[in-house]
Amino acid sequence: MEKFLMGTYDVVVVGAGHAGCEAGLAAARMGMKTLMLSINLEAVAMMACNPSIGGTGKGHLVREIDALGGEMGINIDKTFIQSRMLNTAKGPAVHSLRAQADKNEYHIEMKKTLEAEENLHLKQGEVIDLMIEDGKACGVVLKTGAMYRSKAVILATGTFLAGKIFIGESVFESGPNGLAPSNELAQRLREYGLPIRRFKTGTPARALAKSLDYEKMIPQDGDETVVPFSFMNDDLQKNQVKCWLTYTNETTHEVIRRNFHRSALFGGQIEGVGPRYCPSIEDKVNRFADKKRHQLFIEPEGLYTEEMYIQGMSSSLPEDVQEEFYKTIEGLEHLEIVRPAYAIEYDCIDPLDLKVNLENRHIENLFCAGQFNGSSGYEEAAAQGLIAGINAVCKIKEEMPFILDRSEAYIGVLIDDLVTKGTNEPYRIMTSRAEYRLLLRQDNADMRLTERGYAVGLVKKDRYERLLKKKEVVAEETDRLKKKILQPDVVNPFLEEKGSTPVKSGISLLELLKRPEITYDDAAVIDDIRPKLSAHQKTMMEVQIKYEGYIIKQQQQIEKFKKLEHKKLPSDLDYFSIEGLRIEARQKLDALRPVSVGQASRISGVSPADINVLLIWLEKMRRQKH
Amino acid sequence: MEDTIAAVATAYGEGGIGIIRISGEEALPILQEIFEFHGDTDTFTSRRMTYGKIIDKEKNQIIDEVLAVYMKGPKTYTAEDVVEINCHGSMVSLRKTLALVLRKGARLAEPGEFTKRAFLNGRLDLSQAEAVIDMIRAKTDKSFDVAVSQLEGRLSLKVEEIRQKLLDLLVDITVNIDYPDEDIEEMTYEKLEESIVETQDMIEKLLETSSTGKMIREGIKIAIVGKPNVGKSSLMNGLLKETRAIVTDIPGTTRDTIEEVLSIRNIPVYLVDTAGIRETSDKVEKMGIEKSKEAFNQADFILFLLDGSRSLEEEDLQIMEFLKERKCLVLINKRDLGEAISIEEISAKLPASQVIEASLLKGQGITEIEDAVEDLVYGGEIVQKESMMVNNVRHIELLQQAVKSLTDALHMSERREALDFIEVDVKNAYERLGEIIGETVSDDIINEVFARFCLGK
Repeated sequence: MEKFLMGTYDVVVVGAGHAGCEAGLAAARMGMKTLMLSINLEAVAMMACNPSIGGTGKGHLVREIDALGGEMGINIDKTFIQSRMLNTAKGPAVHSLRAQADKNEYHIEMKKTLEAEENLHLKQGEVIDLMIEDGKACGVVLKTGAMYRSKAVILATGTFLAGKIFIGESVFESGPNGLAPSNELAQRLREYGLPIRRFKTGTPARALAKSLDYEKMIPQDGDETVVPFSFMNDDLQKNQVKCWLTYTNETTHEVIRRNFHRSALFGGQIEGVGPRYCPSIEDKVNRFADKKRHQLFIEPEGLYTEEMYIQGMSSSLPEDVQEEFYKTIEGLEHLEIVRPAYAIEYDCIDPLDLKVNLENRHIENLFCAGQFNGSSGYEEAAAQGLIAGINAVCKIKEEMPFILDRSEAYIGVLIDDLVTKGTNEPYRIMTSRAEYRLLLRQDNADMRLTERGYAVGLVKKDRYERLLKKKEVVAEETDRLKKKILQPDVVNPFLEEKGSTPVKSGISLLELLKRPEITYDDAAVIDDIRPKLSAHQKTMMEVQIKYEGYIIKQQQQIEKFKKLEHKKLPSDLDYFSIEGLRIEARQKLDALRPVSVGQASRISGVSPADINVLLIWLEKMRRQKH
Repeated sequence: MEDTIAAVATAYGEGGIGIIRISGEEALPILQEIFEFHGDTDTFTSRRMTYGKIIDKEKNQIIDEVLAVYMKGPKTYTAEDVVEINCHGSMVSLRKTLALVLRKGARLAEPGEFTKRAFLNGRLDLSQAEAVIDMIRAKTDKSFDVAVSQLEGRLSLKVEEIRQKLLDLLVDITVNIDYPDEDIEEMTYEKLEESIVETQDMIEKLLETSSTGKMIREGIKIAIVGKPNVGKSSLMNGLLKETRAIVTDIPGTTRDTIEEVLSIRNIPVYLVDTAGIRETSDKVEKMGIEKSKEAFNQADFILFLLDGSRSLEEEDLQIMEFLKERKCLVLINKRDLGEAISIEEISAKLPASQVIEASLLKGQGITEIEDAVEDLVYGGEIVQKESMMVNNVRHIELLQQAVKSLTDALHMSERREALDFIEVDVKNAYERLGEIIGETVSDDIINEVFARFCLGK
């Protein structure tokens, strides 16, 4: 077929899902002429599975994306229909924001943002090949024959790449949600020798709202006071919808067990590896046979649709079985399925083939993000998209790569895990994956990252100034609290009321706030003249005061951690020449080429003794140079 | 800046003096916190030996009289500030001093770490790099191997069992934190505390099985052997400080084995006086000799007495023949009466043993015996016959750190602090145990979460 050049860009982004959107926006906002391509523009920022953003760990990612100048936080703040802060009974480091989204609104708002962005060009088209010259990616080829040249290409193909859907015995090639799959590109990537694998995920059925019996289910309300995701928003008040809770029962499980043989999962048709944290209902019934019931949430997919998402019930059983088992559940007896549950298998890359800047090790200027890198989840995808976008620009501008380490951000944990340890299943972020959780909080994401985003040119002035303002207000108010001493006659009646130990002499408000039972808002009654702080400012200040001791302790641990991160390893190091390294360590280090001794220490198969050998060796090299 | 590390720099259980070396910027502040000057001095001068006492101020307890020297960096072995404390009391005071130093903020040095720092800080010649690599390689690998091979891996099995308990607990905590919406059992403070206490007990029990722990708890059995009238009864009396066995100068007065329980520096000791093992036709004595041999075999430790005023006799040689495989303490008694036997002569015949001189009737030598017993107990030199698992200073240290982290976790729980704070300490304990067997990766928590709980959309 005739091919023709249709345009020249700085950056081409393949895919317009959650990763693609952040990648494209980041590149454009950093001044690059950027092209975003999607098989179907109706799939821009499509929420193909659950209708929510955030949750444990994920909420942290959204805040970090926002702090760096990404879009996800702002977009969900525009389009949420219910919001909850999870884990409030636990420490502030694991408080996690989650919002139900109006899926269609989410898509529309994001698309509007992309279209409005200067430098960003959004087009519909299927990429079938990469242009590669001298081992460097330099553009893409579309099915129509159109060619677009670029200085960098970002792959964010989601589940489209060689997508295959399973609904019981029915197996067909398809992208998510009935969209066309991307088969030719998948073929090419394998031919280029990229280490491609098959992963699998699934989604539950959507039911018609009016077919459900809400009397039989337990309503789940959102929080009274909505906390925004974005640091750019202070107050968000909106009417919120309800979600509903119900449970499976023995009959449900019986139906599922009776039909195990009809599941694609057990039939052996699916070769892809699915995530353990997101098992299908047949997997749950199979593996947790003694569990009498499984909970499920019924969540609205938007304000202008009757579709309800059945959270907790993904399946690859045939449609007739789906209908039969869903109907055994209380409240779902008369359910009408609008879209059946399905499992989807797709091509992705082994992330060990990527460098920490998300660039491919073998094809230069080819950056990768999202599910293509073996992750799962909108937030994980968006985080990688943002970093891939920034790094593509850094590469073009010949600037230092933009790397967040494990002590700076969950984004750092996510990417370091993927490219250093690899993953054998779609990777999901969890707060327990972070070593320095007490510092990587969602309330201080802007304090941690906004300056970094500003330095790289992604964060604009208004956001940066907001940060400076926040710092100033918090510092001033902390100082005021420290200086304001209250006498026992004033403070003791208040303490008594709060069930807190009375004081014998004057105490500063700051000291008072260190008591777990006293909040900043509580103390308003004994602190009449105080400045008005925004919710973001208040939360961060209070956490900082209350948990100062822990925070300092963790900062010391981080200093130690940073030492090894700062010991850089040359990218052309000949590990086979270093005597004293075990063979396995030599091979692993040679293949993964860690950027620092710190990263090397996290590679499986590299022992503490190997690290010591590396340190000695580096010192030897340094001295020989002099 | 590097953190401050400390370790015993001399080999355990050898010699009367042990040196604790501390390196890092906290070295001097730590020393100052635990040191009491003698006389008029009240400051440390770099490179000057200073005499004083190591004091545990919290317990108001004197641990040892020591010579301490502070050496200001960078002209030191590691090129950092270095402190060396010469403890000359005993193994116990050495260990207590180290524990105190660690409590004041130093970290137990990894195998080979002083040398590693010396090299990294430019104190060792470039030509020594390979040697340093070899040394670190050997030491680090060995320290894990020890645990794995120790008594056919019984220690690592036990540590694994305890780790598994902690893993279960961590998994419960993690799932509570990361899956707040799921239908799972809530982690209450009561459950948390129950688990922590249970695990703590398991580690404490394991610590008790360390040779030191077991010996302190159950005592050791010492058999005294020597030809008649060599001074065995005087020895017992000296240790007992009362006359129980009859002391005469007629050979063979002690006809039966006599067992006494006494306490040597708080270590319970079962002292068995034996009738000797010479060839005899006397039936009563013969029975006594059989009993002696039995007592040797049951003893943890043998004290062999020689008469220093007379040259070696047939009976001494018989006993030596009998003891040559075993490690014992040889006491050359009656030194005041003559020097017919030399230390070298005995050491040549019993190479595994320690030889000291004494004059028991004049009360000389008792302290040395007490020192030797204490060193043997705390130095982990005695291998007891029953199940003993932990016998390595590094392992004991790590186990103790794990107990401490769990105690912290318990206090946090009692104060009703948030679950995610408590998790930090529990994880700490889990990682310390992992260090014993050389496992540090923490993916196992997440793996277990998914294996045990039914989670997700």
